[in-house]
Amino acid sequence: MNAAALLLRYLAISLRGQLQYRASFLMAALGNLLNCLIELAGIWVLFDRFGNLSGWSFAEVAFFCGAVNATYAIGELMATGFDQFGTLYVKTGDFDRLLLRPRSTVLQLAGHELSLRRLGRLLPGLVIVVVAWGALDLPVEADRFALLAFAMAGGVAFFFALMVLQATMCFWTTESLELMNILTYGGVETASYPLPIYHRLFRRFFTFVVPLACIGYFPIVAVLGVDDPLGTSRMFQVAAPLAGFAFLGVAIGVWQLGVRRYTSTGS
Amino acid sequence: MPQIEVRGLAKTFRVAERLPGLAGAFRGLFHRRMRDVHALGGIDFDIERGELVGYIGPNGAGKSTTIKILAGILNPTAGTCRVDGLTPWRDRRRHVARIGVVFGQRTQLWWDLPVIESFDLLRDIYRIPSEAYRDNRDRLIALMDLEPLLDVPVRQLSLGQRMRSDLAAALLHGPSLLFLDEPTIGLDAVSKLAIRDFVRELNRDRQVTVLLTTHDMDDIEALCQRVMVIGNGRILVDGSVAALRRRVRNERVLVVDYDSAGEAGRVDAEGEGVRLVERDASRVRIAFDPDRIPAATLIGALLAQGTPHDLFIEHPPIEQTVAELYAEHDMRER
Repeated sequence: MNAAALLLRYLAISLRGQLQYRASFLMAALGNLLNCLIELAGIWVLFDRFGNLSGWSFAEVAFFCGAVNATYAIGELMATGFDQFGTLYVKTGDFDRLLLRPRSTVLQLAGHELSLRRLGRLLPGLVIVVVAWGALDLPVEADRFALLAFAMAGGVAFFFALMVLQATMCFWTTESLELMNILTYGGVETASYPLPIYHRLFRRFFTFVVPLACIGYFPIVAVLGVDDPLGTSRMFQVAAPLAGFAFLGVAIGVWQLGVRRYTSTGS
Repeated sequence: MPQIEVRGLAKTFRVAERLPGLAGAFRGLFHRRMRDVHALGGIDFDIERGELVGYIGPNGAGKSTTIKILAGILNPTAGTCRVDGLTPWRDRRRHVARIGVVFGQRTQLWWDLPVIESFDLLRDIYRIPSEAYRDNRDRLIALMDLEPLLDVPVRQLSLGQRMRSDLAAALLHGPSLLFLDEPTIGLDAVSKLAIRDFVRELNRDRQVTVLLTTHDMDDIEALCQRVMVIGNGRILVDGSVAALRRRVRNERVLVVDYDSAGEAGRVDAEGEGVRLVERDASRVRIAFDPDRIPAATLIGALLAQGTPHDLFIEHPPIEQTVAELYAEHDMRER
């Protein structure tokens, strides 16, 4: 059985397990839904007071917000095993069990759990994108959809990579560090607003170091069909999500280093 | 060529020394003194295909470290190891596809999944062809009597049931080499016997090579032709169970039952290679060294003194043998 099929099997099993605890699933999903709506309400209040955000309309900003929330939800959904890696695998020594199996550790952890509660962020995110799409009168075109899908795929890789990096630190610290939340939750918050409103240093950081803007702002500018006040070309905007995949490649490389450390210290 | 070839295998762990008290813990945040712990000090051994080898030693002697290195999940500090031509820690994924590992302390199954679903998932993880999988699974289910457990989630199994399921799970992909790390720990007598029978048959009928660590000397006596004793990271003895006994103390015990305590009290059992161990009512226990006095001579001498109604020869329990070996090497549990 190939890796993709195995991953699906893992996930199917995880889903069935979660559906047994219906109440817990519903509560958690509801919590995520509220979180997402409150974020949007915050943006709306801002616009209600000031009308626009340096030239960006409410619908445009809502589009950013919806897209990044949906993207993050999928990334987090797939990376639950990494999110809980320290407590579930390093502290208990259960990581040995994964090493004893003839499959990559990344694949096994991706299949650890498909956390359904994340749907509470995914669904409203997608609804916001669809409504904003209508409000902005964007043409319904295949290449716009394709670009949005590509941006989201790059974004899923990006957020997945952040979780992998967070888990990697556990090889040194045992417990999951909340440090990475600055980049995950903070990243979602940041990418909910257009990049030009931030200071130059922030823009550089989120483009070249942690390529959040490459999977959010840049490609979405192209989807919206507006000119980038920062002056980037369409070509750059369309290709930018590749940075998300590259970032994942780097993260997996770092992960392998962590695994090597684990197998030489045995703890 | 041996299936497992180990040369000069050494493992040193660096551990941070803990300073006592809260103040010490704070100081440890900034400045840590590291200490080297030599878990394995360069060991050598070969294991041939089809052998069933017992691997014993006190806690902390290096048993688990050896198993982890052989299984490919721990890198040694020095030395080489080839298992079926592969270096376990370098070719980990190819290597683990060909071995089975069972840790008595920890299950390899999915806690929330029914046993049969764990098996099915392992089929996909190990890419076992459907036909081979069905054959193996059905045979293992029958052998380990797992039928009634198949739909039970692993977390609801008793320890013995779990261990049987774990053993079956480790063999679904038909490995030719099996590592068992304390497979009988905490089991009741019936479960222990079931596990032993199973391992013996596996080794005999399927020629699966088995390396078994245990604290239960009955496991060793019941199963192993060969035993390796490790202490302080070195292999102290490597040979047959009989050789291990000989190496420590070549002594047997003759147990003689008389009709009355009075008769037993009159027995004189002192002499070259003979000593009286205890006199308990009508029973006398006499230790003797068969190299210095043949059993027949000793028995002849006893018959000349009186008429026992029963007598038999005991081997000293291997626990005692191993305890003496440890004492000889001044090993304390670390």
